[in-house]
Amino acid sequence: MTVVIEARGLRKEFTVKVKAGRLRRERRVVAAVDGVDLRVERGEMLGYIGPNGAGKSTTLKMLTGILVPSAGEARVCGLVPVPQRTRLARRIGVVFGQRSQLWWDLPLRDSFDLLRHIFRVPAAEHAARLRRCRGLLDLDGFMDTPVRQLSLGQRMRGELTAALLHGPEVLFLDEPTIGLDVVSKQAVRSFLADLGAGGDVTLVLTTHDLADIERLCRRLVVIDHGRVVHDGSIEALHARYGSRRRVVVDLDEPVGEPPEGAVVEADGRRLVFTVDGAVAPVVASLAGLPALRDLTIVEPDIEEVVTRLYLSPGAP
Amino acid sequence: MSYRASFVLELSTNVFATVMDVLTVLVLFRVSRTVGGFTLHEALLVVGLSSCAFAAADLVVGNIERIKFYVRTGMLDAVLVRPLGALPQLLLMDLPLRKFSRCVFGTGVLAVAAATAGIDWTPARVSLVVVAPLAGVVFFSAIFVVSAAVAFWWIDTGELGNAFTYGGRDFTSYPITVYSGWFRRLFAYGMGFAFVSYYPALALLGRPDPLGLPDWVGYAAPSAAVVAAAAAAAVWRVGIRHYRSTGS
Repeated sequence: MTVVIEARGLRKEFTVKVKAGRLRRERRVVAAVDGVDLRVERGEMLGYIGPNGAGKSTTLKMLTGILVPSAGEARVCGLVPVPQRTRLARRIGVVFGQRSQLWWDLPLRDSFDLLRHIFRVPAAEHAARLRRCRGLLDLDGFMDTPVRQLSLGQRMRGELTAALLHGPEVLFLDEPTIGLDVVSKQAVRSFLADLGAGGDVTLVLTTHDLADIERLCRRLVVIDHGRVVHDGSIEALHARYGSRRRVVVDLDEPVGEPPEGAVVEADGRRLVFTVDGAVAPVVASLAGLPALRDLTIVEPDIEEVVTRLYLSPGAP
Repeated sequence: MSYRASFVLELSTNVFATVMDVLTVLVLFRVSRTVGGFTLHEALLVVGLSSCAFAAADLVVGNIERIKFYVRTGMLDAVLVRPLGALPQLLLMDLPLRKFSRCVFGTGVLAVAAATAGIDWTPARVSLVVVAPLAGVVFFSAIFVVSAAVAFWWIDTGELGNAFTYGGRDFTSYPITVYSGWFRRLFAYGMGFAFVSYYPALALLGRPDPLGLPDWVGYAAPSAAVVAAAAAAAVWRVGIRHYRSTGS
């Protein structure tokens, strides 16, 4: 496997002026990214998450050549982002959910055409990619509407297309589903899943919607206060924080003596079991209960785990 | 060309503004026969060189003023992820045709002044009358870039940049002999504005410099422009590395 993104000790400091007294202002150095190490291989789909202000966007901006790192080094597609910015730009695609890459007054059709010239993409390649995106993202209804009149969902589909028309090897997505309704979110997610399934494009995705991650990413990197606090699969995260599946049993009438290991809720009408390993034995033992009305198996909730991760002080 | 009425309005205000610049000079000569030791026709040559160069620079590079907005809103991010230089992209974002009128007018003033000032044409002077405005364009462009790049350090630069761009144009519209003291030394020599219009005009007229610099200084305009352009490029490169983007 080839490594497409490599960062070692990546760090970005900002000086912030803080009000101190009536006229005095203090300069304070804040490290938005504080020594991030990252290796991403070709074809990976990486979820990069963290609370607000953790340094997600700043990391992405350093990897795409927008910001100069204060320390450490980064290579994307074998290029150093800032000095080789224009060469790198041809090989990566960038979507910022909160910031448009499109031309505000132009219809998508013209924007896409302009991008073809900017990236010097051969016409045939460009047309093929555009055809594919138009099909998958259903763009045909609004190709001639000026971007400023598009809805957020439509615009985001346009942004995704714009980022892909030059056939990038790595796609950076900074909150691509922010503010979208359920249907648009689904459209964006299944498009990205489809894209990642090919195995040629590497995806790096930041989001606050963990459903994005569950749907798309096998690997999850969590950062907090500019440091990586978790790097591994979603399962590994669950294992590490001991989140387990639960079996919830609803009864028609209150249970007298609760079975072993059960937590009683709702005046004895509900039993909750926390299960390590296989669920089947537990379910089998419950089948004999009188007045059994319903039985649900609850998968561990990633939001819960991540909340615990964000709140835990002094994470490694 | 999406907004026609507003284009016509802007075009006419631009013509009006440029005409006013020249009228100011003419009014000055109603009051006094000479200003700073220059007659009307001689002074008109200075105005022509200055306004022709400034208008062309404003047409080509004036757009850079928008950088303030791009830096403050973080929209420069989008510019930086495209495979082109950031500066050309910002300049080409919009070609302000309305500024074209000023350019034509400035060139017209220069042509009239050159024809009526009684210049003793030699090959050197013919080439100077072509090269000097071009050097002036480069010089003013450099000033535009530097004053815009200040936005990388101080986000809200407001009118600071204009002091040097429009201030520089006003400064170069008059023979520098009308100014005095540290102000003249700073603007004319420290920042090089004297080489845009004043010294080339002297060389065209064949007049010795009342301030005592040798005659060849009039032909130094291209060198001054090259120095200014190099300085501007350096400031821009350092500035763009200072770009902090915005939280998102």
